[in-house]
Amino acid sequence: MSAIAQQHAIQTGRGSLAGRVSDFLWKHPHVFLTILLGPPLLWLGIIYLGSLLALLLQSFFSIDDYSGLINYEFTLATYRQLLNDANFDIIIRTILMAAIVTLFSAVIAFPIAYYAARYARGKWKAIFYLGVMLPLWSSYLVKIYAWKLILAKEGILTWLVTKLNLLWLLDAWLSLPVIGGNSLSVSYTGTFIVFVYVWMPFMILPIQAALERVPTNLIEASSDLGGTPQQTFRHVLFPLALPGIVAGSIFTFSLTLGDYIIPQIIGSSRLFIGQAVYAQQGTAGNIPLAAAFTVVPIVIMGLYLWMARRMGAFDAL
Amino acid sequence: MRSDKSASAPFGLKIAAAGGLLFLHLPLLLIFLYAFTTEEKSYQFPPPGLTLKWFAVTWERADVWQALWLSVRVASISTMIALVLGTLCAAAVSQTRFFGRETISLLVILPIALPGIITGIALRSAFSLADIPFSFWTIVLGHATFCIVVVYNNAVARFRRVSGSLMEASMDLGANGFQTFRYIILPNIGTALLAGGMLAFALSFDEVIVTTFTGGQQSTLPIWMLQELIRPRQRPVTNVVAMVVVIVTFLPILGAYYLTRDGDQIAGSGK
Repeated sequence: MSAIAQQHAIQTGRGSLAGRVSDFLWKHPHVFLTILLGPPLLWLGIIYLGSLLALLLQSFFSIDDYSGLINYEFTLATYRQLLNDANFDIIIRTILMAAIVTLFSAVIAFPIAYYAARYARGKWKAIFYLGVMLPLWSSYLVKIYAWKLILAKEGILTWLVTKLNLLWLLDAWLSLPVIGGNSLSVSYTGTFIVFVYVWMPFMILPIQAALERVPTNLIEASSDLGGTPQQTFRHVLFPLALPGIVAGSIFTFSLTLGDYIIPQIIGSSRLFIGQAVYAQQGTAGNIPLAAAFTVVPIVIMGLYLWMARRMGAFDAL
Repeated sequence: MRSDKSASAPFGLKIAAAGGLLFLHLPLLLIFLYAFTTEEKSYQFPPPGLTLKWFAVTWERADVWQALWLSVRVASISTMIALVLGTLCAAAVSQTRFFGRETISLLVILPIALPGIITGIALRSAFSLADIPFSFWTIVLGHATFCIVVVYNNAVARFRRVSGSLMEASMDLGANGFQTFRYIILPNIGTALLAGGMLAFALSFDEVIVTTFTGGQQSTLPIWMLQELIRPRQRPVTNVVAMVVVIVTFLPILGAYYLTRDGDQIAGSGK
């Protein structure tokens, strides 16, 4: 209090309007804070949280089977519908896909992140960084399109496999139940590859950030004490990188959970959560069921974020 | 023996890292090849021939230009809104202490942490509840919401590095708050804001999931592209557009990288 008063005794030359306004804000930090925070909070609170809550509320309504109109009475019937066989299958399928995509993303991302964190220096560090950032930021649809070109029956992959005389292997893979199909672009395998391709870059930077904090002498100490590279990886490197992996998996998992465009363009006709939401709100006009479907990823991601927080993953973001 | 290993990477690691990066980049390179193919009906590889014809055809297509123009307008306005809101929020969070700061960060991140389809359908149902017809502005509303976080992240990171004593010095020398903002804060956070703005622009320019829900009849460039992916009309034109989109989105990313790469050397932090 006295510090502020003192400062005022010195500064007398702020007679202008701007000066008086800024003095007023300095003396009333709460007003200042309100002015700073007000617009963004109003925007996010009304437009974003408001719509989100409105959507969640609608999941407690139901749709009249005969008229197709929304019945505005509180009910849990819509949630019960989520658990019928067809819808439950969709949920399990999506979660499984998200888990496998996350696992493979971590496996592919780890060496890139490790090399960039430990061995790349100077120019190479920049090349690695841009090498990850450019595909991460380049157009989502163009990336999917690129894979449509690759996986098409007449595309580059079939050409390559034929040149290598491995066509029998591809055919054998495609004839497998569930993961196979007429061609890769209409199979689960294709959906999986594209998911990994599109979301894997999000895994690299958090792992790299976690690995950069691992002191080199820890790894040297481990090998000095007779640890083989495998043991060093299992007992030193991996546990220390885990928060980064979990942080990256937040993105790969969440983004796979909610995606509806990739399985629609490259995939079989069996639905994922995102597609179910899209179909329910669009052609079926069943907003309550669509809303109930969106609650599934929200709850899963809520639990996931809570677990990630406990593992210290947010420090690696 | 072992200490030699730390100098250069094990062979297996090199292969795995290079393989991972190739996996990320080869598909994008393929887009460049296909823009020149003479094949019209399929995605045949190798292309039977190369031509520049489709660039001219694409240039003449009014629908592509319309979609591009809409995307540019949406991205510009969303970026401007996000710049204002994101900077305000970042300033509040980094310059002051108050109850619930953590919650604010979470709130800002939520629109991109939750799957886009949730944001999209929530906005769509809110628009229909409030009887707001779909228009240019409904697209902007959605885009600005998830662009805030990009600006916010960049600005917060930079604010953290701008030393508080610089602002106090400015005030002590008689500058009022607005002058301090104009001459001290803005030059320090300027490049971070520019970088955040570029990334926000790139994010909005490329957004498709939320836009399908808030867009109504008009199509942005990604919506146009999505329609071509679901029901191809003229594949070579799509190939050319895809290549142009790759090039256009690379520019802001490179720009943002060069603007923030020297971010560690900020005036007032070297003490």
